[in-house]
Amino acid sequence: MTTSALRDLVIRHPGQGEEQPFLEVVDLRVHFPTDDGLVKSVDGLSFALDRGKTLGIVGESGSGKSVTSLAIMGLHTRPASEQTRPGAQLSGEIYLDGDELLGKTPEYVRSLRGKRMAMIFQDPLSAMNPYYTVGQQIIEAYRIHNPVNKKVARKHAIDMLGRVGIPEPSRRVDAYPHQFSGGMRQRAMIAMAPSCDPDLLMADEPTTALDVTVQAQILDLIRDLQSEFNSSVVLITHDLGVVAEIADDVLVMYAGRAVEYGSAEQLFNRPAHPYTWGLLGSMPRFDRTRSERLLAITGSPPSLINVPPGCPFHPRCAYAARNGGLSEDIRPELIPVEPGHTVACHLSQTDREQIWEHEIAPKL
Amino acid sequence: MTASTQKPAEAGAEQDSDLIIVEGLIKHFPIRAGILRRQVAAVQAVDGVNFSVKRGETFSIVGESGCGKSTTARLLTRLLEPTAGKITFEGRDISHLKDAAMRPLRRDLQMIFQDPYSSLNPRHTVGKIVGAPFRIQGVNPPGGVKKAVQDLLAAVGLNPEHYNRYPHEFSGGQRQRIGIARTLALRPRLIVADEPVSALDVSIQAQIINLLEDLQSEFDLTYVIIAHDLSVVRYVSDRVAVMYLGKIVELTDAEALYGAPMHPYTVALMSAVPVPDTRRRQERERILLSGDVPSPISPPPACRFHTRCWKAQEICRTEEPPLVELLPRHHVACHFPENYPDQAVNATSPEASLR
Repeated sequence: MTTSALRDLVIRHPGQGEEQPFLEVVDLRVHFPTDDGLVKSVDGLSFALDRGKTLGIVGESGSGKSVTSLAIMGLHTRPASEQTRPGAQLSGEIYLDGDELLGKTPEYVRSLRGKRMAMIFQDPLSAMNPYYTVGQQIIEAYRIHNPVNKKVARKHAIDMLGRVGIPEPSRRVDAYPHQFSGGMRQRAMIAMAPSCDPDLLMADEPTTALDVTVQAQILDLIRDLQSEFNSSVVLITHDLGVVAEIADDVLVMYAGRAVEYGSAEQLFNRPAHPYTWGLLGSMPRFDRTRSERLLAITGSPPSLINVPPGCPFHPRCAYAARNGGLSEDIRPELIPVEPGHTVACHLSQTDREQIWEHEIAPKL
Repeated sequence: MTASTQKPAEAGAEQDSDLIIVEGLIKHFPIRAGILRRQVAAVQAVDGVNFSVKRGETFSIVGESGCGKSTTARLLTRLLEPTAGKITFEGRDISHLKDAAMRPLRRDLQMIFQDPYSSLNPRHTVGKIVGAPFRIQGVNPPGGVKKAVQDLLAAVGLNPEHYNRYPHEFSGGQRQRIGIARTLALRPRLIVADEPVSALDVSIQAQIINLLEDLQSEFDLTYVIIAHDLSVVRYVSDRVAVMYLGKIVELTDAEALYGAPMHPYTVALMSAVPVPDTRRRQERERILLSGDVPSPISPPPACRFHTRCWKAQEICRTEEPPLVELLPRHHVACHFPENYPDQAVNATSPEASLR
């Protein structure tokens, strides 16, 4: 499509500092060839993240949030040759501290994983090896990046387990993953991830499988580690509550694209995209009694093989008709609505403010 | 769902407004070991639970994993047999009914399951799935089964033309609608829904919640909803019971529970819920509970929450606080409740339970 136009897009917040952002993603595309057609999981995504900040990526299943995180970590299988083996087709640019990653060899990216960037997965039970003790798994990762003997590494593993709040770490270090509870496994997973003090921490739904009280503990832990190492954190979640709790910036994804991008303050107080309104309106509120019906979004997320033309959200959008067919034909680009806040929507500024203020906000 | 219920009945009023009454419900799952498979211990999943659900209301049970809420749901629908205690449905004791005796009752007592992927047979068409209750119960709906099924599909917002499709052709939200259509087939009085929306995306969740609400007024349904999401529970419920390690620790109207929770566990649970409001990030005071939930195989004695409670005193370790009505319609099982004028109250004193 309009690749060149997208490349010119303003990725950085006008509000962000002058220095180079720590993580910068430019026009990322991740496509998977399948027998049914090309699945465009991520289709032209750009964002930037400063050191020490937290970006929340929000979206429903199939919006491309996890695929994005795997692309940044270099964990997609690339096709050996396009005919023989299916795999991901990646294009675009990913800069980690100025270093472009997509063009690098898998070996090079592997050397960065664990040291410069680390990932926390959603399901800690399947992300850990059941045959090895938790300690062995932490030690292995640590020794790959640090030339120390086993004894020192073991001491480090015990330290880390203690730091993430595992009781009796010197005993627990020899336990197997199945002997941990869900919350403890997620802690151990986190102990493994920053065991090499990474600059970038990717957390893919780190608390989705957990109870709220444990979730609160884990979010606190991520916050603490972040302030200690001044890491940048990308938190992927479907829970707007978690995002409001922890993120500095928020990126809302729909059908593989960014539909809204801004600071958490802007996004929660002045959301600009009808899809974001839909997400907020769909959520029952914990903090207030709501007598109005939930403002559910009609329909289901689109197939990523046949993404609707124009604005991918238009078949589900209550306001698509306001632009005389514009939404059906032309894909909206991210445009600034205020400093540091961009939205991909054809609604005019006045319409948008009117609708938010009079139709949406009072019903939340 | 709040809209469809009448004003709460006067205290101590008519017993017959209760659709289902649960008294002293206990379910222990035996753990067997050794050659003789002798019972060595028991998972005390549900341990002495009392509540009743009124006609037309939405009663929710919340709690974290392992608190016994799903076991309670399965006991209510008699998918499990209670170890002890009594379940009275429409004036009839159903606690130990045999399968055959239970079957006619299943028309009135249905269940919605959490996972719309595993609760539908992938080899059956939608028509067969939704029509199954008619076949099993030998019911001949007026106009035939096909017509009845198509009406049900329309009622839950699906295209009746999709009668011959298979579950894999539908999205998660649509599958949950198919499950709901099946549940509604025999016009049940009580629907027990175990985490009906937790497997769904946010936007789909709202559709299903709205649907359940519409169906409640249309079909005059009573719901028991099992959920861990406190936001969803606040929105849908008239009354809420909070469970911890097999026991109800607090039971009251949703309004009162969220406005002024009294059990320390409820207070801690609520303080942990993330709220989509950046302005409240600073103001909120969070109570972080230390450690994990103890094992239900050997739960702590007396008050089961005392190992994690910041208010625990000696009495909490020695004497179990009963679930009493500390404020009108507000039942709490705690020696030192929050949001209560007299902090030093001994919950067992008759004076306290009379208030």
